[in-house]
Amino acid sequence: MPMKIAVCVKQVPDSWAEKKMVGGLLDRANVDAVLNDLDEYAVEEALRLVEAHGGNEDGGANTVTLISMGPERATEAIRKALSMGANDAILISDPVLVGADALVTAKVLASAIVAGDFDIVICGTESTDARMSVVPAMISEKLGWAQLTFASKVEVDPAASKLSITRVTEAGVDEINAQFPCIVSVVEKINEPRYPSFKGIMAAKKKVIEVRDFASTGVESSKAWSVVVDAAPRPPRAAGVVITDDGTASQKLVDFLLEKKLI
Amino acid sequence: MSNVLILADFVGEKSTKSTVEIATAGARIGQVTALVLAPVGKGSAFASTITQGPITKVLVIESDDFALHGVAATADALAQVMTDLNPAAVLVVSHAFGKEVAGRVAIKTNSGIITDAVDIDADCTATQLVFGGSTTVHSKVSQGVAIITVRPNTVTADFVAASPAVENTTATVSDASKKATVTSTQPPVKGGRPELTEANIVVSGGRGTNGDFAAVESFADSLGAAVGASRAATDAGWYPHSHQVGQTGKTVSPQLYVACGISGAIQHRAGMQTSKTIVVINKDPEAPLFELADFGVVGDLFAVLPAATEGVKAHKA
Repeated sequence: MPMKIAVCVKQVPDSWAEKKMVGGLLDRANVDAVLNDLDEYAVEEALRLVEAHGGNEDGGANTVTLISMGPERATEAIRKALSMGANDAILISDPVLVGADALVTAKVLASAIVAGDFDIVICGTESTDARMSVVPAMISEKLGWAQLTFASKVEVDPAASKLSITRVTEAGVDEINAQFPCIVSVVEKINEPRYPSFKGIMAAKKKVIEVRDFASTGVESSKAWSVVVDAAPRPPRAAGVVITDDGTASQKLVDFLLEKKLI
Repeated sequence: MSNVLILADFVGEKSTKSTVEIATAGARIGQVTALVLAPVGKGSAFASTITQGPITKVLVIESDDFALHGVAATADALAQVMTDLNPAAVLVVSHAFGKEVAGRVAIKTNSGIITDAVDIDADCTATQLVFGGSTTVHSKVSQGVAIITVRPNTVTADFVAASPAVENTTATVSDASKKATVTSTQPPVKGGRPELTEANIVVSGGRGTNGDFAAVESFADSLGAAVGASRAATDAGWYPHSHQVGQTGKTVSPQLYVACGISGAIQHRAGMQTSKTIVVINKDPEAPLFELADFGVVGDLFAVLPAATEGVKAHKA
């Protein structure tokens, strides 16, 4: 049985850039935007799963579809994931979604997932801007699908419609399995994401990104259910003492720790 | 008086310090009820480990579904108790499991959610440090019950003795929540050191270690600290990725953070700049991390750390 895999991806401010709040929201307009680092692992994992079972391009019957919510500009990040080898993409983009929270995001993504009749949905564990790590669990709850998140290893048996993962969190290591359809999130370093090839970049230009508006999702409201009361940059830390080691630095360090009652 | 529901946090069969922390935050809002989810036959043993924190009542639900179906089953129980209790807020510990449970409960109960709070006021306003701790944000939930996850080690725990009334109750785990099954589980490999995000002291190594973490580990052990690493060090394969501190790794805010041979790219600062006291050791006087240092040493970590390790040991002896 060919597999239909969806990968949720997000365009985020470059994780190396300084981020600022404007009017209670992250200023996304004035920073470089990139494909969320952690989503690259999700795209790579989807490609590896289909490649191990007949492929998704050049005659392979599996498909990998990207699903994203964001401004129209998010097509740049989506093109990168397409150039890695995904087949096509859906972008839900609408001015009413500016300032959407994780709940709205999860409901919007869930609506596109249901409509697409997918077997597996793969996400990164979090976006590097909001860093909540809740959207995959929310999508699972919304759809009533099995949740297999924080995977450091994913195995599929398409013939039996079965998927199993190794979940790695602070709480330990779990082996979890489920039948399709299921929601997976993968941790950083589960794989080494491929660089798009020249052929992949050229092919991605011709791949279809279907843009949908909010009304098409059937989600009731785009209103966020939490509000920012105020936001302010933290004051810079008071300047400390910096000494150059002349052989006594280790003793001075110990003295500093004693003075601060840290020993 | 309003009620606050907390999901008691357990490692093995023992309630954690984080339970006391979220109880402390909750008690500012109202009377705290702690929900204890335990395997069949273990309810009273689990509940009996809740001995500290401003907790008025403990509700115990026994079911083997919690271990078998993890996050989804836990969210079912928490949402049902929440509907019965009608609390002003639901507080959960902000680790991977807690955040996922909170996220599912928010969807189930049409409630807003705030994650990674570092403080909570009596009116349920949550304080968050976002963008790697560079910005302080105050937020409120504007729909339904305030579901807030609280980062470990940020709220100062009130270790008041607790003698809560203990009641047993039940919850139904839905078929949908049973679709993913845990077939085996292993506790985290501890290696004798505290967990990175919960440690009071973290000693981290970066590119300057050249792959040799022995001096960093010895210094960490002398202080009873957790060991962290920069992305450069984990990418080079010098230290396990699970120890990475930074934007794409763990966020820590210990009492003391010691950065050894780490230059301090934004990527790393994002994971540690809310630490109370920061010590930086680096050969390069231009390393940007010195800007954050309360105490900085321009010098070779392989010279400074071993002597400092002996100094700490001598003091503790």
